[in-house]
Amino acid sequence: MTFTIPIDNGDSVKNAEADSQRTLYPYVTGTSIVAIKYKDGVLMASDMGGSYGSTLRYKNIERMKAIGKHSLLGASGEISDFQEILRYLDELVLNDNMWDDGNSLGPKEVHNYLTRVMYNRRNKFNPLWNTLVLGGVKNGESYLGMVSMIGVSFEDNHVATGFGNHLARPILRDEWHADLSFEDGVKLLEKCMRVLLYRDRSAINKLQIAKITEEGVTVSQPYSLKTFWEFKAFNNPTAGAEGSW
Amino acid sequence: MFRNQYDTDVTTWSPTGRLFQVEYAMEAVKQGSAAIGLRSRSHVVLASVNKAQSELSSHQRKIFKVDDHIGVAIAGLTADGRVLSRYMRSESINHSFTYESPLPVGRLVVRLADKAQVCTQRSWKRPYGVGLLVGGLDESGAHLYYNCPSGNYFEYQAFAIGSRSQAAKTYLERRFESFNESSREDLIKDAILAIRETLQGETLKSSLCTVSVLGVDEPFHFLDQESIQKVIDTFEKVPEEEEDGGEAEAEAAAAPAEQGGAGDQDVAPMEM
Repeated sequence: MTFTIPIDNGDSVKNAEADSQRTLYPYVTGTSIVAIKYKDGVLMASDMGGSYGSTLRYKNIERMKAIGKHSLLGASGEISDFQEILRYLDELVLNDNMWDDGNSLGPKEVHNYLTRVMYNRRNKFNPLWNTLVLGGVKNGESYLGMVSMIGVSFEDNHVATGFGNHLARPILRDEWHADLSFEDGVKLLEKCMRVLLYRDRSAINKLQIAKITEEGVTVSQPYSLKTFWEFKAFNNPTAGAEGSW
Repeated sequence: MFRNQYDTDVTTWSPTGRLFQVEYAMEAVKQGSAAIGLRSRSHVVLASVNKAQSELSSHQRKIFKVDDHIGVAIAGLTADGRVLSRYMRSESINHSFTYESPLPVGRLVVRLADKAQVCTQRSWKRPYGVGLLVGGLDESGAHLYYNCPSGNYFEYQAFAIGSRSQAAKTYLERRFESFNESSREDLIKDAILAIRETLQGETLKSSLCTVSVLGVDEPFHFLDQESIQKVIDTFEKVPEEEEDGGEAEAEAAAAPAEQGGAGDQDVAPMEM
């Protein structure tokens, strides 16, 4: 009986050639996503920027997409990996629809599927370099969850990715409450996005807010926030400390 | 059915368009002891007759839990049934793991049917010799399906398979229109009465049947012998009596247990 040892180029940990097949660092990235549950469902906000390192290169990237009938996916991190995930989900939703049997994938199922995908990729040392936010409504129940690139996954009433965790979540912890109206929800998200705009250098002033309710998904047209740069402290910023910037 | 020159291979058609090997496999289902399933809008009951090879042995298990929300009762080659139950459990648990959500019964049944179909189209395989009554819950409510060795599957309000199942089917045909709105207790009672029909005169005892229930807010589980005996006692006051006893007891869910009430003539069934 002959026995041949297969040549496996897939071991990306030990084999340099296989390295070209796996993600080592991100190239074109999106910044924070902020999302909250509100009275009728979930609201999610993101800007439309795609940074190429420190360059704010792309200004028209939609980082939130509807998935099936009941879910909304927002992503920060590598944009090409986000597009890959959308392809996976497209196939998932297609197969679900082909059954044509009255059952449909809800946000919980999509969230868990994504968790499995992200975690399995992480185990192969070839992650999809994204932090994903999955929101949705099914049978009257709102759902909001997050998955990171290493497969850490959880649900909460409000979530944020990247800088949003540090700048937006504290605001949400103070000001979020159950059953926010649509207007209050949008105001709260805009407050968070404004802070991010001032302080996150990869944020741009062109954002979208997406809403998902039992009826479905709507993504707003892009718009900008009003900003104020005439704070006295900004006029002569180094007044207190000569030589600094 | 008689032997003919087209029945050796599963991949040989007869001139009249039949696959005899597949039909012979369906015969094997008819040889197994009876299994019955019925469903209401919110519950599914699966019941089977406990047949033992001999007095010395224990009876074969014919009802299996596939998941909290799906159960299966089999008739025919129990070994084939066991293997398919394992497949169903595997599919169900894989779905639960990936989606944190119960596998819809309808989808499981189609996968099962496709698996059976493969065996009707390979010359080196044989069809599974077992019929499966799959009961389960999904988003659209309670469902009961029957999967045959041929790879076909059908949805039922109530069904019976195995030997002497025709008697049970006749009983079910008379009552099935009310099952959708039946209470859980009435559904169980109808299942046991249907089992009784297949026994053709033998006294119905709880040791002779296995009953399982699943429903909205009620994961799949077996009823214990005591509970089954209690239900039997509500109608088995006089064993020779027809189902008149059963019909009069529509409200008496768990009547006081009277062990060995077979010869009890004191309380006429109509008076309950």
